[in-house]
Amino acid sequence: MASIGHVTPQTLHFDTPLPLTSGLALPAYDLVFETYGTLNTARSNAVLVCHALNASHHVAGTYAEQPKSEGWWDNLVGPGKPLDTNRFFVIGVNNPGSCFGSTGPTHTNPATAQPWGADFPVVTVEDWVDAQARLLDALGIQRLAAVLGGSLGGMQALSWTLRHPARVGDCIAVATAPNLSAQNIAFNEVARRAIITDPDFHGGHFYAHGVLPKRGLRVARMVGHITYLSDDSMAAKFGRSLRKADADGRAAELGYSTQDIEFQIESYLRHQSDKFSDYFDANTYLLITRALDYFDPASRFGGDLSAAFAAAQGKRFLLISFTTDWRFSPARSREIVKALVDNRIDVSYAEIDAPHGHDAFLLDDPRYHGVLRATFERIAAELAV
Amino acid sequence: MSNHITPEQALIASLVPAGSRVLDLGCGNGALLAHLQHTRNCSGYGVEIDDANLLACARRGVNVLQLNLEDGLALFEDRSFDVVLQLQTLQHLRNTETMLRETARVGRTGILSFPNFAHWPNRLSVLRGRMPVTRALPYQWYDTPNIRVGTFADFELLAQRNGLRILDSFGVQTGAAVRRWPNLMASVAVFRFERD
Repeated sequence: MASIGHVTPQTLHFDTPLPLTSGLALPAYDLVFETYGTLNTARSNAVLVCHALNASHHVAGTYAEQPKSEGWWDNLVGPGKPLDTNRFFVIGVNNPGSCFGSTGPTHTNPATAQPWGADFPVVTVEDWVDAQARLLDALGIQRLAAVLGGSLGGMQALSWTLRHPARVGDCIAVATAPNLSAQNIAFNEVARRAIITDPDFHGGHFYAHGVLPKRGLRVARMVGHITYLSDDSMAAKFGRSLRKADADGRAAELGYSTQDIEFQIESYLRHQSDKFSDYFDANTYLLITRALDYFDPASRFGGDLSAAFAAAQGKRFLLISFTTDWRFSPARSREIVKALVDNRIDVSYAEIDAPHGHDAFLLDDPRYHGVLRATFERIAAELAV
Repeated sequence: MSNHITPEQALIASLVPAGSRVLDLGCGNGALLAHLQHTRNCSGYGVEIDDANLLACARRGVNVLQLNLEDGLALFEDRSFDVVLQLQTLQHLRNTETMLRETARVGRTGILSFPNFAHWPNRLSVLRGRMPVTRALPYQWYDTPNIRVGTFADFELLAQRNGLRILDSFGVQTGAAVRRWPNLMASVAVFRFERD
């Protein structure tokens, strides 16, 4: 299927401070976003795509002169694709605190004229949703046809139906959870400690020292990456293959080294984490993992998720999980489904039998994309777009 | 997508009061649920395990939850539905009795259908020494997905054992209700019941 082609990010500046869950406020900020397709005259065909930990506003298409710059959900969003840009006006927006253009720790703190660094205020999923709502205000969009996200993006999609229920029709939340488990938080904490204890971190103000805490970021990424893959997919892709093979492809002798790379999986993790540490900001990693930790819409209702989702009355939901996703397992999606069913809210739930673990939400499994396509076709039919 | 339903489904749809909250366990392609929504103003959910059926439901725009009925109905609260349908599903389940109790728990009334093994051509076939292969039971003994085969009369006993009150029961043969000697004369058994 055709790609959306070349796309260009846009930036909007907001002067009104954004009140944050913490009680602080983001004084003034930029939001970087991309749009695909055309907003219809009724302004009824907008779909917001929320990004996860290490993604951005660049959901689909490519940048001119950068042939390998496909957006992170390019297999889903485009002309004739399941989220069809011939029918829908699709918006991707970079969240505040991120490192891909919207105001974040690498930008200047107006109070100090230095980079925000570790002083960037802690942001939550709810804060992001509020910032996204302000972008919609600026674009003249009162109501979203749908909000869609996977993983942390799924949490934002869910949060939309609780914070701004009048402004959203359908909510599609993929490979997500109603909150993080202790195990999830533990993995995040390992990542954070790796960054914070890197001697180049300098309490989060490393920019002034002209260094980057790359070692910490690498380890953080390695831990995260392991949790995105399933045991089976790692076994299939790497197994116990050794990095050094002889001319016939047979495993070479072991090197009997504790520090050299022996196994392919080690090589893969080091390569991935090297790439990641070249472009990702350490303070952003800390902020985003904290936003994940804090997300818990039931907490204001004594832990009663059904009570929390009473606010989503009248919305329509699609939840999707993947059987081998152990980071946000199907059981976590079923908790959300139960809360919706308890409220008699319209919900469908697909549990896709896929081997790829959490990463499956970014792949184009035909059953997964089939359900998404059918859902967007139904939404388009209801809107007559 | 047309919501064409079978005569058997039409008979059962007529038992569902207008405006009911419906849970359809093993809802297949969702045609019956869509029919109930459009013609009887019902609402609710289908439960289905098969990927192709799930997609068909999504295309019809009916709420469908991909769950394994063998795992029970923990997702649903007691008496949270007016009607729970379990049509041509029970015979595929290992935990038949548990599912029956769960059906009665989450619904005010349950409606259930299954192939009646005591239909006379089946009896004749067994008398001749062969397992029956008919329109209602189209499989060979070695490849049938029907791991539970029971009769109209058997179900009455199972219902009694589980404290279910049978509100109505009849057979279905070639799309028509059979109220006279259904255990002998009908290939499909239908029961409407509630918890005592």
